[in-house]
Amino acid sequence: MAEILLEHVGKTYPGGTQAVSDVSLSVADGEFIVLVGPSGCGKSTLLRMVAGLEDISAGTVTIGGRVVNRLEPAERDIAMVFQNYALYPHMTVRENMSWGLKNRRIPKDEIAARVEEAARMLELHPYLDRKPRALSGGQRQRVAMGRAIVRQPAAFLFDEPLSNLDAKLRVTMRGEILKLQKRLGTTALYVTHDQLEAMTLADRLVVLNGGQIEQVGRPLEVYHRPASTFVAAFIGAPAMNLLDARIEAGHLRLAGVDLGRVEGEARAVTLGIRAEDLQLLQSGGLPFRIDVIEELGAGRVVHGFVEDQPLCVSLPSGAELPAQLHLGVAPEALHLFDAITGKRLPQSVHRSAKVRA
Amino acid sequence: MTASPVVPSPFLRLRQWWTRPSAHPAKVAQFDRPLAPWLFVAPQLLIVAIFFYWPSVQAVTSSFYLEDPFGFGAAFVGLDNYREALSSTEYRNIAGFTALFAATVTALSLGLGLLLAVKADAVMRGAGAYKTALISVYAIAPPVVGLIGMMMFDMHIGPFTKAAALFGWEMRVGIDYRDTAVALITVAVWKQIPYNFIFFLSGLQAVPSSVREAALIDARSGWRRFRDVTLPLLAPTGFFLLVINITYALFDTFGIIDVMVKDKPANNPITLVYKVYLDGFKGNDIGGSSAQSVILMVVVAALTVAQFRLIERRVHYG
Amino acid sequence: MQRFRPFDHLILLLGAAFLVTPVVMAFMSSTHAATEIHMNGLFLSPGGEGMATYEKVLTQKGGFTGTVTGARMVMNSTILGLGFALGKVVVSMLAAYGLVYFRFRFATPIFWMIFTTLLLPLEVRIMPSYQVMSQLHALNTYWGLIIPLLASATGTFYFRQFFKSVPDELLEAARIDGAGPVRFFLGVLVPLSRPMMAAIFIIMFVYGWNQYLWPMLMTTDERFFTLMRGIKTILQVWIGSQIPDYNEAFALAVLAMLPPLGVVLAFQRLFIKGLTESDK
Repeated sequence: MAEILLEHVGKTYPGGTQAVSDVSLSVADGEFIVLVGPSGCGKSTLLRMVAGLEDISAGTVTIGGRVVNRLEPAERDIAMVFQNYALYPHMTVRENMSWGLKNRRIPKDEIAARVEEAARMLELHPYLDRKPRALSGGQRQRVAMGRAIVRQPAAFLFDEPLSNLDAKLRVTMRGEILKLQKRLGTTALYVTHDQLEAMTLADRLVVLNGGQIEQVGRPLEVYHRPASTFVAAFIGAPAMNLLDARIEAGHLRLAGVDLGRVEGEARAVTLGIRAEDLQLLQSGGLPFRIDVIEELGAGRVVHGFVEDQPLCVSLPSGAELPAQLHLGVAPEALHLFDAITGKRLPQSVHRSAKVRA
Repeated sequence: MTASPVVPSPFLRLRQWWTRPSAHPAKVAQFDRPLAPWLFVAPQLLIVAIFFYWPSVQAVTSSFYLEDPFGFGAAFVGLDNYREALSSTEYRNIAGFTALFAATVTALSLGLGLLLAVKADAVMRGAGAYKTALISVYAIAPPVVGLIGMMMFDMHIGPFTKAAALFGWEMRVGIDYRDTAVALITVAVWKQIPYNFIFFLSGLQAVPSSVREAALIDARSGWRRFRDVTLPLLAPTGFFLLVINITYALFDTFGIIDVMVKDKPANNPITLVYKVYLDGFKGNDIGGSSAQSVILMVVVAALTVAQFRLIERRVHYG
Repeated sequence: MQRFRPFDHLILLLGAAFLVTPVVMAFMSSTHAATEIHMNGLFLSPGGEGMATYEKVLTQKGGFTGTVTGARMVMNSTILGLGFALGKVVVSMLAAYGLVYFRFRFATPIFWMIFTTLLLPLEVRIMPSYQVMSQLHALNTYWGLIIPLLASATGTFYFRQFFKSVPDELLEAARIDGAGPVRFFLGVLVPLSRPMMAAIFIIMFVYGWNQYLWPMLMTTDERFFTLMRGIKTILQVWIGSQIPDYNEAFALAVLAMLPPLGVVLAFQRLFIKGLTESDK
């Protein structure tokens, strides 16, 4: 068990490409950290630098109080689960799990006991003497987990471990990974591009963009207070609506509608509204023109336009909708971002006196 | 905490220079050890140095010398050996035959190999048996092929000779230049068909069934489907085989020729490589033979470079 | 959808007949007496002289000096075929491993040094190669027969292509599992490469067994003659004789083609896979 410390970590490839720059992060012992971002954001590179599979160009990585920059992967006391599992195809499940321990000269009965324990936890007993190719995707995934568990490492590193599974299995395995990690209390770094996976697994989320950290925080914190338009658009489904709005004379205006009081001089802002924060009004509010309706069974997502800006709204299923709707939103649910930098603005929106009356 | 960039020590810097990845690393994940790779490539490197580079350099050097047939020293003659080779009528005739031989053998064995592969791919019943039969000849060595071919074209007992006689063609293989050429080409094609068949068949079977089905829907005529869809997809295999076949016709037919012309090249057709051998080992003209070797080297090197280029460009289904 | 296609079958039957008939004729004729062949031509049916002919070819001391039997030539061809195949697999696998799995400065020049050998077949540098071998006193030795033939990068090329197709994550997982270069090679890569090794071994065995020009030059001592060399000798003895020993020549040819033929047909699938995958 150990904490992991990243200090100003950077990665520059020989060609000069900057994959990761100036990432600092402190992971507490036993914490489950998810690195999330679109492809090419540097999340995998960061994880591989912690694992020792990529050279560290700048900064230091500390695992359990040891600087590991110059250590071989095997010396870093970590275990990794790969996206394609990377099981040794010519070895049985048992051999796959015990090979790393054998290389470490761990006594035979100790190896047997650890494999036994891991097999019990992952319900792998019936498959111990099979080769990976005789297993299903989910079973292979379990073996890859088992190989990590038997090592009893200071930290687990997961590199998109569920991406090769079908949607249903992904949900099951997600739960299992979380249960196991909590039970073992091992620090975990987990890379994914799937924001739902990130939300459900993480103690803390690290959202990466262009090799830099956009935001670090607990999942709900990130969801409710995204630090930038990037995070706002990336976390949550459907994605947060981002609209061009203006602050004029102390009021926030969108499509000519006053949405509330706000401090600050007149300027253009980007306004973020989650689809589920919008409600139907009988009249007034934002005029909304329906384009497409996605029926999800439990609810519906309505896509349309406010003036010329696209907007989507989550509504309960029910009666047929007219082509024109009137939408309202609570001022507390409005997010303001700088129109140019995309960073979250400090101001919050308050109910206008007129509306309150 | 402040940023603490790792300052490389002189040793580290040396190590980085030594282990600097090549421009196009074969893999993303590699070991980073200074000594180990050398130990692994050492045997191959040693063999290549002694048995490839040393003789190749010697071939080039001795092509500039005229060696005394009795072994008393050698005189530097510059490009004389080349000039002599290229200007001799005999050399030109042999080069002409070699070009004709290579072109005919390549065209026929590629064409027949493709035809048989397409047919073997089309039939369901008996495909395995045909395949086995068509592949078998591949394993037979050129001199054995030469021996069998010689018997087939034997003036007294050869079935081919008898068959030709039915059409009033009296074949005198080993004596008549043209008849021998026909026999050599037939035998060389016979030996090479299986190789082309194997590659074309596996190329055909690599065409995804979805593409075949799409073509089936889009084109009514089988010939059109073959010409517009199958053939372009086979083109990379075809280019690869083209160079292999030319190389085969130039070099690997040595055994066939040696057996079939029975050391009596006087009025029989031979190829350039056979002449290199004759001049070097029978004629003791080391300088001339080396000059001819170097000419051949250039031809083959050009061919192989062309092949590498083509393979690099293999985009579809490569 | 599939219909019976008589025309396709006709072409295939003709092609198969063209390729296979000469081989069958060689085999059948080897079981007839030389005089019979001389009078009636080649045969497509078995004769009664087979046992005697093969016994004679295998045991009778032949050649110019009368020191070599067919059995000895079979042994020499086997040594050449197996030795060459084994050497090829070991040497080229090690070299490909060094080239693919290590980051080192001279990887590119070494790659080119090794792969240039693909440019020039032995035939074009046969004369100087012979001279080098005679300077090394390697004429009439088994190693002199085998090792220079290893100086071509075909095997290395095959293995390099194969190693490149092995997923990177396997090496990464192995490194995290504490494996160094040797342990990864022996513990993961060699077991993974088994089918590839087998395929290359078969291809190279056939290649080595079938060598003609090099053994012809390298062996003047008849104790080192291979079957291919023997075929040349038996034909040289013929010249001037009344009735050539057709049957013995055919028997020798059959002996020379049977092992490679057997291996290729027995391991057809593996053989084709190894052969065709190398062109990628």
